[in-house]
Amino acid sequence: MEKFMFLFRGGTTKNLSAEENQSHMQKWYMWMQELKKNGVYVSGEPLHMEGTTVAGTNKVVTDGPFTEVKELVGGYMVVTAADMKQAVELSKGCPTFELDGSVEVRQVRNMNM
Amino acid sequence: MPASGTHNVQLMVDHLFRHESGKMVAVLSRAFGFSNIETAEDIVQDTLLKALETWKYDAIPANPQAWLYRVAKNKAIDVIRRQQLKYKIDTDLTALLQSEYSLVPAINELFKESEINDSLLRMMFACCHPAIGHEAQISLILKTLCGLSAREIANAFLSQEDTITKRLYRTKEKIRKEHISLEYPGTAHMASRIHAILTTLYLLFNEGYHSSHPEKLIREDLCEEAMRLLLLLCNNPRTGLPEAQALMALMCYQVSRFNSRLDDKGYIVLLQDQDRSQWNKYLIEKGNEFMARASAGHQIHKYHIEAGIAWAHANAANYQDTDWQLILHLYDSLLSSHYNPIVALNRSVVLGEVAGYQAAIDELSQLTSLHSSSYYHTTLGEMHLKAGHKEQALLCFQSALLLTTSQPERELIQRKINMCL
Repeated sequence: MEKFMFLFRGGTTKNLSAEENQSHMQKWYMWMQELKKNGVYVSGEPLHMEGTTVAGTNKVVTDGPFTEVKELVGGYMVVTAADMKQAVELSKGCPTFELDGSVEVRQVRNMNM
Repeated sequence: MPASGTHNVQLMVDHLFRHESGKMVAVLSRAFGFSNIETAEDIVQDTLLKALETWKYDAIPANPQAWLYRVAKNKAIDVIRRQQLKYKIDTDLTALLQSEYSLVPAINELFKESEINDSLLRMMFACCHPAIGHEAQISLILKTLCGLSAREIANAFLSQEDTITKRLYRTKEKIRKEHISLEYPGTAHMASRIHAILTTLYLLFNEGYHSSHPEKLIREDLCEEAMRLLLLLCNNPRTGLPEAQALMALMCYQVSRFNSRLDDKGYIVLLQDQDRSQWNKYLIEKGNEFMARASAGHQIHKYHIEAGIAWAHANAANYQDTDWQLILHLYDSLLSSHYNPIVALNRSVVLGEVAGYQAAIDELSQLTSLHSSSYYHTTLGEMHLKAGHKEQALLCFQSALLLTTSQPERELIQRKINMCL
């Protein structure tokens, strides 16, 4: 088993009614419970949308990232899977796609030789 | 993806977001003034969105309500501090909100439970202001107090989302123009405003009880909303008039039958065929309690009579043992003060039980104004069928079939037609 990171982008909209909002959240919860039940969930957390970027040899500090909301990473999750194909299959259960969100799947480097 | 074996664990109480949305909009409108209701709605919308964006990562707070209120409060305080809104607020709270010393405590105070109920009542009163038309009143209540979106309201009333959006927009314009506020009306106008609220909640309940929706006969959530709001009215000594208690009793009795009105295929089950063991005894008890509360005072209101009729049905062991004589008497009472052909139609069914089906048939032939109502024809058809006049019954049910737009009703009428053949 390898570790994979899910990077969540988009999948939010101001047009949800209160009821739709709650039911969407319920779907995320059910998805995560499923991952936990199958023993593949490792961790996951939401991120604040604002932040600060420090860059370059001069360590220049700027406010941001200021990217379009749908490109900004809103949160992450780490799961275990046999390979990328399986990790991708796991990601497909995420409710974010209903709201046009995206999941970037990246394998965590395994440093064991 | 393995098949989901997870049992359906509920994350939050049903409709939590919807109900909290209603409370927050009421509270913030109280703070900003009714004419700034859109600012209140925007803040609440942003708050719920932020909740979704954070909580979906398995991060539900232990107290969701407290989290929502904290975020909404902070956003509201932020918005008030910005110059533009500060000087647009014109309520009894203006002075408190414009001063930095009292702003935060004032907002905190508004979010206390007793104050929230007060804000909800004020919102109900304001939404039923006489300058606002009946359809607009219902739409506004559903949007602000019940947390429904324009699309959901349109769906409930078989309207278009566009129509509802425009109606809400125009209503808010009118609120600004007429300076309708969230102050309680003066004592002289309290009773009439309460009656306006009761009418609106009655209409809302009625839509949920026997929906005009082509597929869904019963919309329980609409009934639930009407009852939830009415309960606020009933429990406040200032607004809990006897007629409000009577209306609450009526609603309890009607809802007590929900489980028996449709069978497991979704087909309509008439009162005479319902399994009364399925009737919700707790709700009937509650109804009886509200009936007791309603008997205070000296005036009989039409809701007392309607509740009385519902009481008679709810407390009858079966269809045959129902006190039809009493119900007939109550209908006569209702008709003498509020003549209405639909009520007369309902009375004819009772007359059939008391004086025989031919009496009912004769009575119905007098109701010429109802020939375009499917219910007229089904009622007449049922009376003919019970009297053994299969040919006349068939004609009636066929007429009814042409007039109904409801799928469950169509199915029932077809079943009746088959009984005539």
